[in-house]
Amino acid sequence: MSAGTSKIAVRVADVIKVNDLVTRFRFVRRDGREMPTFSGGAHTVVEMKDGDRTRLNPYSLMSDPADRSAYSISVRRDDVGRGGSLFMHQKVKPGDEMVISYPVNLFSLDLRASKHLMLAGGIGITPFLAQIKQLGHAGGNFELHYSVRTAALGSYVDELTAAHPDRVHVYYDDRKQAIDLARLLDGQPLGTHIYVCGPKGMIDWVHKTARAHGWPESAVHSEEFLAPQSGKPFSVELARSAKTITVGEHESLLEAIEAAGVEAPYLCRGGACGQCETDVLAHEGTFIHNDHWLTEDQRKGCKKIMPCVSRFDGRRLVLDR
Amino acid sequence: MTIQFNDETFTGDYTFRNSPRAIRRFPFPFHEDSYMYAVNLEPHLPGPKGSAFEHRFDVDEHYLSEMKDRARVLADDPLRCQSLPHMDLAGWDTLELIMTSKAEDYPDLFELHRDGDRWRWINRPMGIDDTFTFLDKTTLPYGPLEYITRQTQGDYAILDQRENDLWMDAGMVTTQADWSLDFDIGMSFMQWHAPVPLAHQLGVFDRALKFLLNLQQGAPVRRLNWTMTVNPNLDTSPENYHKWGPEKTTLTPENVGQKQHLRVELQTLWRLPRSNAMLFPIRGYLIRLEDIVTVPKWGRRLHRVLRDLPVELATYKGFIRNRPMIVEYLSQFDDGAPTSPGCFPD
Repeated sequence: MSAGTSKIAVRVADVIKVNDLVTRFRFVRRDGREMPTFSGGAHTVVEMKDGDRTRLNPYSLMSDPADRSAYSISVRRDDVGRGGSLFMHQKVKPGDEMVISYPVNLFSLDLRASKHLMLAGGIGITPFLAQIKQLGHAGGNFELHYSVRTAALGSYVDELTAAHPDRVHVYYDDRKQAIDLARLLDGQPLGTHIYVCGPKGMIDWVHKTARAHGWPESAVHSEEFLAPQSGKPFSVELARSAKTITVGEHESLLEAIEAAGVEAPYLCRGGACGQCETDVLAHEGTFIHNDHWLTEDQRKGCKKIMPCVSRFDGRRLVLDR
Repeated sequence: MTIQFNDETFTGDYTFRNSPRAIRRFPFPFHEDSYMYAVNLEPHLPGPKGSAFEHRFDVDEHYLSEMKDRARVLADDPLRCQSLPHMDLAGWDTLELIMTSKAEDYPDLFELHRDGDRWRWINRPMGIDDTFTFLDKTTLPYGPLEYITRQTQGDYAILDQRENDLWMDAGMVTTQADWSLDFDIGMSFMQWHAPVPLAHQLGVFDRALKFLLNLQQGAPVRRLNWTMTVNPNLDTSPENYHKWGPEKTTLTPENVGQKQHLRVELQTLWRLPRSNAMLFPIRGYLIRLEDIVTVPKWGRRLHRVLRDLPVELATYKGFIRNRPMIVEYLSQFDDGAPTSPGCFPD
């Protein structure tokens, strides 16, 4: 049993270069109807038809959740990744037809919060753009601390500071500016929730610092999409479907399963939601677990793998799929 | 499609009746001759024409009388509808989902006209024509959840999603099978399911919670649940147990076919778009045993299911004391012939 994944047929309405690394894409529905509303923090999974292979990458929705005319995402170019962002940057043109998933939110606002304290690093700004618009309509109390490398690479800094001059604080790495987190955490009103989205190091730092300052884990929210890692090719036996497949260097295990015509459940494709959890029937070798889902005990048990981001190095792997 | 609405009661003189059409479309819950708990969820896609699954929110001949009964229960006990402060947005989500669904599915009964945030809602059967501002609750006579669920059959729980769990933080509950919103409000998924026997050991709730946390917008699911109720009483609440509990002792071999009802809940689950909360409508249907047995397959099957049900379940569902009488009555309609797979009549 898996949760259904509803899809939306879209046309690329705009492709807009934001800066040297980031490009924004605007999608409208091909059937002319309205997009579903969504909640700030939600992402969509974009299907990319690249020759004879299909990539599915998650991107946070950054447009106003109340705007049902279109969805927007921003994609940061990754020159050493598996090629999804390069495909978006180099191949996708206005007028192209694509397929995206319904919104899924794994980084929702806690609406009980008396204040939302947002910490963004680089392209991690995108879910906050939608959350800020949502809170703006409802008169919500938020404060954003946004760390960027340089002014030239500071995506959406100008529009954020223009719209919310008292609530948005920007820090520039090249000016040796940094978020003084300890001081920030000290002055927050009771009932504040913290949200962090950015590089892994930043997320770990925020969790660690907040914990050290006595913040409950339930008041600290993070979202980190793991791009599936490249790695050595390996072969896998799919026991239920009686197929043996090879996972290529720049392909995820989940993508290889799908390419073999085997249905597998998924939602986030980033190792966070748990939907694609798969039973291991036999193995001779080492797991390369890259997910946020399995517990330490489950990893030691070698009975589970999350095929959206994790890999295997060894002679034999048999999955219940 | 025109529905002839009944004028009937669910208390006192209990004039509730199902028409022959309502009997044929009854959502009979047993797909085989035995029953055990399972994560029996399936996509909530449009079902056969005329069935209770045809539309997203089923409207049937009991609509107006059920809404009158809800107003009566709320007048006695306003705590049947509650919404914690952070659930306002989910209330608006609910109002939007029900209004848009009903206006599309029953255009002869309901209309919704939207001009930006200015909405006009027409509910023809109830004689309502209101204009209000979406997301501004000062423009409605009740909060958004209470407003729309005073016009929609079935109970509604709204579950907030946080900390990898679901929390019952809002609801409208006046037609419940012996559970209380006022007691459960603010509880987590495992807390409000704690009283259910056997299912925990089967791992049903672990799997169900994991599935529900990933439930997606645009992909609602449904399941059926059931219990047994003496007299067609919608409000079998713990708050009013002193009124309906003793009625279990009024059953005799002569009246069991008329007084004993099978109560089926068509439960659906929806991811709400603006709040990321989950809407859990629980739509109850009642049918007398003597009406069930007019469908031979159902008569045979219900006899076998109730006869073989584990004691724990018959106890939890509240009919252990009357089970022998019920099974004896139903046995007259079971000739031992095999039954066809699936829930629908042959």
